[in-house]
Amino acid sequence: MSLVEISNLTVAFNGMRVLHGIDLAIEKGEAVGLVGESGCGKSVTWLAALGLLPRKATVGGSVRLGDRQLVGASRTTLESMRGSRIAMIFQDPSSSLNPVIRAGRQIAEAVELHRGLTGKAARFEAIRLMELVGIPDATRRFDNFPHEFSGGQNQRLMIAMALSGNPDLLVADEPTTALDATIQAQILDLLISIRAETGMAIVFISHDLGAVSQVCERVCVMYAGRVVEMCSTEALFLEPRHPYTRGLFDAIPSLDGGRERMAPIPGTVPQPGRLPGGCAFAPRCGRTSELCHNSLPQLVDLSNDRAAACFHPLGDGATVAVPNVAKARQGATVA
Amino acid sequence: MSTDILIEASDLTKTYFSRRGLLGRPTAVHAVDGVSLAVAPGTTLGIVGESGSGKSTTGRLLLGLEAPSAGHVRFEGEPMPALETAEWRKYRARMQLVFQDPLAALDRRLAIGAQIGEPLEIHNIGTQAERRERVLTLLQAVGLRRDQETSYPHELSGGQRQRVVIARAIASDPQLLVCDEPVSALDVSIQAQVVNLLRDLQETRGITMVFISHDLKVVRNISDRVAVMYLGRIVEEASSDEIFSTPLHPYTRALVSSVPVPGTALKDRIVLQGEPPNPAARPAGCAFHPRCAVAIARCRAETPALLAVGSGRKAACHLVGGDQPAGVTNNIGSVETLVEAASTQTSASP
Repeated sequence: MSLVEISNLTVAFNGMRVLHGIDLAIEKGEAVGLVGESGCGKSVTWLAALGLLPRKATVGGSVRLGDRQLVGASRTTLESMRGSRIAMIFQDPSSSLNPVIRAGRQIAEAVELHRGLTGKAARFEAIRLMELVGIPDATRRFDNFPHEFSGGQNQRLMIAMALSGNPDLLVADEPTTALDATIQAQILDLLISIRAETGMAIVFISHDLGAVSQVCERVCVMYAGRVVEMCSTEALFLEPRHPYTRGLFDAIPSLDGGRERMAPIPGTVPQPGRLPGGCAFAPRCGRTSELCHNSLPQLVDLSNDRAAACFHPLGDGATVAVPNVAKARQGATVA
Repeated sequence: MSTDILIEASDLTKTYFSRRGLLGRPTAVHAVDGVSLAVAPGTTLGIVGESGSGKSTTGRLLLGLEAPSAGHVRFEGEPMPALETAEWRKYRARMQLVFQDPLAALDRRLAIGAQIGEPLEIHNIGTQAERRERVLTLLQAVGLRRDQETSYPHELSGGQRQRVVIARAIASDPQLLVCDEPVSALDVSIQAQVVNLLRDLQETRGITMVFISHDLKVVRNISDRVAVMYLGRIVEEASSDEIFSTPLHPYTRALVSSVPVPGTALKDRIVLQGEPPNPAARPAGCAFHPRCAVAIARCRAETPALLAVGSGRKAACHLVGGDQPAGVTNNIGSVETLVEAASTQTSASP
């Protein structure tokens, strides 16, 4: 049985649909990436699952964690799940930490809450967690305030806090976006090593395909509140099948490429209230037919371990040249 | 000199003073510490570095928006006039800045047409009718529609807002555009649109650009030359092709290898230990030595100067020899040795 099973999850803000039925299962111990542009619903999916959305949001569908149903669950049920079964870290660590409470104290508080440890034992465990996430000289730095740590170290503190409840799943929402390149590399390494040590599953939410590919085995690409492609990281990078995924790859300049013109996706992401009829990507897509504008493609299996929501997926038949790996990496356009 | 260089900075230094508490003694923070660079007309210089490396301050100094503590900037061979003087104001029309956050850079209560026309009014360019026509042309030039003249910033998407900021920046027909993280706040698919726009504008109008960003991939794509900054100093400068294919400075190497490339595994990356140091507590000698896997005793004592290595590239590292016959050979060894050295450092650290 899957660790978390999301089926037909919908979210509406003030009656406006932003999430149109997400189906996603997270297996025990696996790392799954959620990729997409701002507003595609990748964060909302997990905020809804954990009951963290404001009251004006209407959540439908089902999120099962073991034998518990999280959608519509009581506050006490949700609170017993948050942190101890599913923990979440966010993009901006400094705004998630309380600036006027000593950093070690905040971690110890989480330890007290989730493990029932108190006093010295909680302090000791908090220091152990700080060491685990790579805060040097943790004993001495226990009493420092968040502003005395750098941005990267603040994110480490958040990860330590998330680990305090021994969660089965860590949802990391853009955890490295606000960090410098060399620090980002450190945090990605940390996530990988912690997963190896604790065996917890990771959901890595990011707009950065490169970062996702380093942490996750499986990737889910989202567009306008729907999953448009889902498959193993390797297969996705080798041969993206949905035109949007392909467009995302093409839009990223490569480090080993030259100064060739970049290949953007034309147009903009549609606003939630003004989705086109049919496929939401159709107005920006170069492979549309009459069908795309009139009916909605469902997420269907194209091969084993690969699903895409497209009437005319790439690599379907002999009409389109299959891009090779090098080309996909360099972001060359379809020949 | 003035013919092949549009803007030139020599030994630029900017020192801020900050004090701890009300009565604390002020400490000097060297945000920019002896930066020299030159940009040829119609080309793009990329400046990369981590936060606190002084790249944005360098941009503001180049534009004359802040007075340097030492050193000077020359624009077309002429020294930059003093801040807030009449001549200084004339220079404003010839060089413009594009910011990261377009929403913060735009006035929410003013239609975008009026905002794009503002530089024309300020610098007294054209009659009212001419200005209006100019605004409409500019809207088209940046890929917006003429009828969007009356739109307000909140009615536009992030990418469109950045187009407005760019239209406003090029309204006075500047020779120099300093772009400070212009695409960092935008989605990937939109980033490419804006980068292409900047390149088109550069080609059609011959604009010289200084492109400041922490995103190495975008800098790689748009720049002719790239300068890498670390703690207020340029540690390496070379053509975009060279610096990314054969980085010399250990910091540049780490930076280049830390970029997550889709489809490649994590191994063979140089993961730097430690945090970028605080500009207020700059390490002695080479500022990078506490994080450098190959630092030697000399690095702790002596600040390396930015010296020519081979032809057309510079590096500030004691281990990168400038006087060696092969030009780009160095004493650091291959990337593999660096990866190895970095991992030994990891296991050695507590």
